[in-house]
Amino acid sequence: MRRFAPNALIGGLLIGLLFLMAIVQTFWMPHDPMKLNFASRLQPPSAEFLLGTDEFGRDIVSRLMMGAATSVSISLMTVGLAVVLGTTIGLISGYNRGLIDRVIMIFNDALLAFPGMLLALGLLSVFGANQYGIIVALGLAYTPSVARVVRGAVMSLREREFIRASRTMNNSELYTMLRHVLPNCLAPLIVLGTSMFGWTLLSESALSFLGLGVPPPAPTWGNMLAAGRPFIEQAAWLAIFPGLCISLTLLGINLLGDALRDRLDPQMRGAV
Amino acid sequence: MLRFAFGRILSAIPTLLIVSVTVFFLIRLVPGDPAALLMGDHGDAAALAELRERLGLDQSVLTQFRIWFFNLLSGDFGTSIWIGDPVLPLILQRFMVSVQVVIPAVIFATLVAVPAGILAAARQNSAVDVSLISIATLLLSVPTFWLGLLLLLVFGLHLGWLPVVGYVSMRTDFVGGLLYLVLPVVTLFLHEIGTIIRMSRASTLEVLGLDYITHARAKGLSEGMILWRHTFKNAFGPTLTLLGLILGNLLSGIAVIETVFTIPGLGRLMVDAIYARDYPVIQGCMLFIAFIYVLVNLCIDLLYSFFDPKVVTQ
Repeated sequence: MRRFAPNALIGGLLIGLLFLMAIVQTFWMPHDPMKLNFASRLQPPSAEFLLGTDEFGRDIVSRLMMGAATSVSISLMTVGLAVVLGTTIGLISGYNRGLIDRVIMIFNDALLAFPGMLLALGLLSVFGANQYGIIVALGLAYTPSVARVVRGAVMSLREREFIRASRTMNNSELYTMLRHVLPNCLAPLIVLGTSMFGWTLLSESALSFLGLGVPPPAPTWGNMLAAGRPFIEQAAWLAIFPGLCISLTLLGINLLGDALRDRLDPQMRGAV
Repeated sequence: MLRFAFGRILSAIPTLLIVSVTVFFLIRLVPGDPAALLMGDHGDAAALAELRERLGLDQSVLTQFRIWFFNLLSGDFGTSIWIGDPVLPLILQRFMVSVQVVIPAVIFATLVAVPAGILAAARQNSAVDVSLISIATLLLSVPTFWLGLLLLLVFGLHLGWLPVVGYVSMRTDFVGGLLYLVLPVVTLFLHEIGTIIRMSRASTLEVLGLDYITHARAKGLSEGMILWRHTFKNAFGPTLTLLGLILGNLLSGIAVIETVFTIPGLGRLMVDAIYARDYPVIQGCMLFIAFIYVLVNLCIDLLYSFFDPKVVTQ
């Protein structure tokens, strides 16, 4: 069954647009996103300022583009951190079993007993509420889920014939693990990683909205929404466009995630 | 059944224990001396030493943990550095506010979304199914804080139907208090139906594909009978589990909604405590929410056995 349907197409387009925004802003933006210009403050969308200006007269389009870059880099680094840590823990745990596995899993499950956002808030209070704090806090908060998924995949793989064959051929444990076990964990990892990219982007926006994320004046979609909130009566566009960007990105990830899951992981088809 | 319930309740105890240990040591990771943090810049060495002794910071970490843990058991969560009040009453008071938003939203969302998901599954690939699943995916993608702002903009500011922001206790002014809760509850409701419709649809589809449903159809039972008698009970389990996760996530993520609508709830308390580096309150909130989360999931596991008696015998 080949169903490369609208889901993947729309999702791919939306995510493509996000990355395009993030890349283009490195060399071109319509205006300087940081430059204060009180003469043009709170301007509605016009030909010069396509999506209007904020309370300091800064161009919204440029700030949205810069925000996209911030969100994308934070999300990629967070997912990277969680995947590297979680995969290492999951591989060690699932491959060795026995005491190591049990001890690791006790800690892992204890961390899973916290809702993700709560753990992230707690970690954020330790590492400090800024860009790096967010990456470490969210990355560590998502690590246990990755470890669980990888461990599950390894457990079901390790008794399969081709893994035994590799061992019989006198390959080292490390070689077997990296060459034969890890590549077969990729499908669930990609599915989980895609969802995690969405969770991170949403959590980062929420934390920035709460004032616990990237501090102003650097723009993120979350802190732009928070800054625009007091002005929504005169300048509704301040509250509309950043939220629209977050929603379209999340929609893209959800659609892409559904499509990926259907293709890569038929067992999880239809699950949420 | 009783043995299952008892075993399940017992197994929650180590989880709660590990959760408390984790929270205690997590806060110890904070760089710097808590006493110095408390005193600020204007403390001399003697006063600092005196404060350290009063806070028990001169003891070993294990002793500190023992004292903290036994205080916890007697309901003493410590004292807020910033507000100066005991932490537990503060948390309970704020929790009651958050509950008034979260619980109605989850109940309404379940009542609407579970039947909607079953309907979508029963008419798989029809126009009804496609529109329901599209609406669900769309709602799922809209962050609550933006949805809240939009609703506030339309119904609060432009139409003027509902109060914009704030909170009045329903005990002092029942109707007024209720009106303040409408927008936050509707926001969460709209967000959660997305997740629940998708889950309800997926698990119904899974059950509808099983042999005994084909058998029931062959027997000539009506579709309504099959859905209600044979499918619903078996398909509700996964949705029930999801509800537990949703409750936990809402409680820890409620801060954004409380910020949009300026509601003095538990989420706001924790965020403000993080701003103020009020570690006893942060610690208390983490423990409290994690405990509630574990307990909610425990109740859901017990309820689960009603929908899927197989779990009892396993």
